[in-house]
Amino acid sequence: MSVLVFAENWEGRFKKSTFEAISYAGEIARQMGTSATAVVIGNASDEDMKALGKYGASKVLFLKNDKLNTLEPGVYTSILAQAAKSCEAKVVIISYTYTGKAIAPRIAVRLKGGLVSGAIALPTGLNPFTVRKKCFSGKGLTDVVVNAEVKVIAITPNSYKLNTGTGEAALEALAFTLNDGDLKVVSKEIKKSSGKVALTEAEIVVSAGRGMKGPENWGMIEQLAEALGAATACSKPVADMGWRPHHEHVGQTGITIGPNLYIAIGISGAIQHLAGVSSSKVIVVINSDAEAPFFKAADYGIVGDAFQIVPQLVEAVKRLKAAHN
Amino acid sequence: MKFLVCISNVPDTTTKIVFADNKGLNPAGVQFIINPYDEIALTRALEIKEALGGTVTVINVGGAGTEPNIRKALAIGADDAIRINAEPTDAFFVAAQIAEVVKKNQYDVILTGRESIDYNGAQVAGMLAEILGMPGVTVATKLDIAGTQATVEREIDGGKEVVSLSLPFVASAQKGMAEPRIPNMRGIMTARTKPLTVLEAVASEMHTASVAYELPPAKQACKMISPDHVSELVDLLHSEAKVI
Ligand SMILES: Cc1cc2nc3c(=O)[nH]c(=O)nc-3n(C[C@H](O)[C@H](O)[C@H](O)COP(=O)(O)OP(=O)(O)OC[C@H]3O[C@@H](n4cnc5c(N)ncnc54)[C@H](O)[C@@H]3O)c2cc1C
Repeated sequence: MSVLVFAENWEGRFKKSTFEAISYAGEIARQMGTSATAVVIGNASDEDMKALGKYGASKVLFLKNDKLNTLEPGVYTSILAQAAKSCEAKVVIISYTYTGKAIAPRIAVRLKGGLVSGAIALPTGLNPFTVRKKCFSGKGLTDVVVNAEVKVIAITPNSYKLNTGTGEAALEALAFTLNDGDLKVVSKEIKKSSGKVALTEAEIVVSAGRGMKGPENWGMIEQLAEALGAATACSKPVADMGWRPHHEHVGQTGITIGPNLYIAIGISGAIQHLAGVSSSKVIVVINSDAEAPFFKAADYGIVGDAFQIVPQLVEAVKRLKAAHN
Repeated sequence: MKFLVCISNVPDTTTKIVFADNKGLNPAGVQFIINPYDEIALTRALEIKEALGGTVTVINVGGAGTEPNIRKALAIGADDAIRINAEPTDAFFVAAQIAEVVKKNQYDVILTGRESIDYNGAQVAGMLAEILGMPGVTVATKLDIAGTQATVEREIDGGKEVVSLSLPFVASAQKGMAEPRIPNMRGIMTARTKPLTVLEAVASEMHTASVAYELPPAKQACKMISPDHVSELVDLLHSEAKVI
């Protein structure tokens, strides 16, 4: 009766959000007096799979098949369902990533379970099973009780700390028969985004708005991002005017992110913008208008001209990095 | 081609959220809109219908209070509407209601928004696909249909993926799929007479319940740094906030 966790990988590599999901599953398993079993679909190395033990997975059920290196939601669901049956899982943990959003609802229905998507913390109670999540695009919090026997939790990336233990997970191949007709969603092409750091996974995000006046002024934004090892983002009008690509647009109608550090430069802080970034752990605002609403949501602020401040910031970050290398 | 577009009724994006006794949203003074992602889905359905022919039906699970927004969807261009008369308290319940309608009416393409901006669950599309045994694509930024095949671009971590699948299917719309339309005068006039069927809910389980609500903890006051001492910010981020 273990806790099952889907260990998502990208081209065979695990990322931090997977380690978080395993740590989260491991802790719930500990509270329930059982163990966590991870499921890996695709081509991760044995080494990397064993290392999932560090985060709290006692066992890894894996399925290597080149046809399953990209997501097929129905098939991934069948594999997870089979794994859940084999270890009689009553709790299933999935990362609330794009892949997680595709499969969590399906696995919940398949197992006749209840789903909490976008959980932000451990269950506040196991009986009744209660999990906290955000609602109203970050403007509220709600406690959701799962009444069904099987509980499926999709955990928001960057909201649960990593468990760093020792130990290796035991590996076990899953016997799953894939028929050609099962692959209903066929991958044709992968378009990787141009940014060096993917926005949804970035720990630091440097974001800029209409205050930058025009696309020609983004050099300093990119320099700051590079100095910090950050991803770049932008406000909606900036993407709408074509100053920056659409995949950088954060907010209510764009991407939702929750990095450790969000630096907003020349962005007014409209409520729709805040909806996409309010989960950030620390927010820095640089704006020439002391009355800009963003300062109310910020931890640190500088009132001033971005064109003066950002280059100085780049130099200061470089000095800090040099001093600590 | 028969489209079914699922629309939910949500507080406007600028709403200040107030909870009544921490039991749920206090609706006083709240303006409700069609969920913005659902509007994107609706617009794309209309564009494809205009190019290839067919019908676009909108469906909402909600009380009579959602009808103004259902009429708005008709004004934007949907041909007819269905309202399932029940409070949409759990995503599975909603998906189960819509699935019933799909089983009876045989739609080719079922669209939702990528998530509703009230509960941010991103659940209904995936659940519908599973209940109906259909292929599904979530967080789709492009949708094209030729014959019985669809080509869809979806958001993946670190980029986009183009996939193909056969009709019928379920997809959830992300920004980029279409630019929402504003209803014109003629649309508003004809919307009044377009059919809106009200159906009673079928019995279904509810697997989850939101039992308590609260506002997020208030932020501490913002620490201001002088524009003449920019490096102080970097020091604070390093030694105090420990994020760089
Ligand atoms: C339904 C709906 C959905 C929306 N969704 C989103 C969304 O997802 N994301 C989003 O971002 N917006 C969204 N918006 C738009 C949002 O309401 C704001 O209009 C938008 O966020 C403003 O972008 P901005 O801050 O870049 O521009 P502005 O509001 O024009 O602000 C520019 C800021 O730059 C500052 N500035 C100017 N010059 C300088 C300088 N030299 N140095 C420093 N600062 C300077 C100004 O003081 C100002 O605060 C949505 C709106 C609606 C109605």
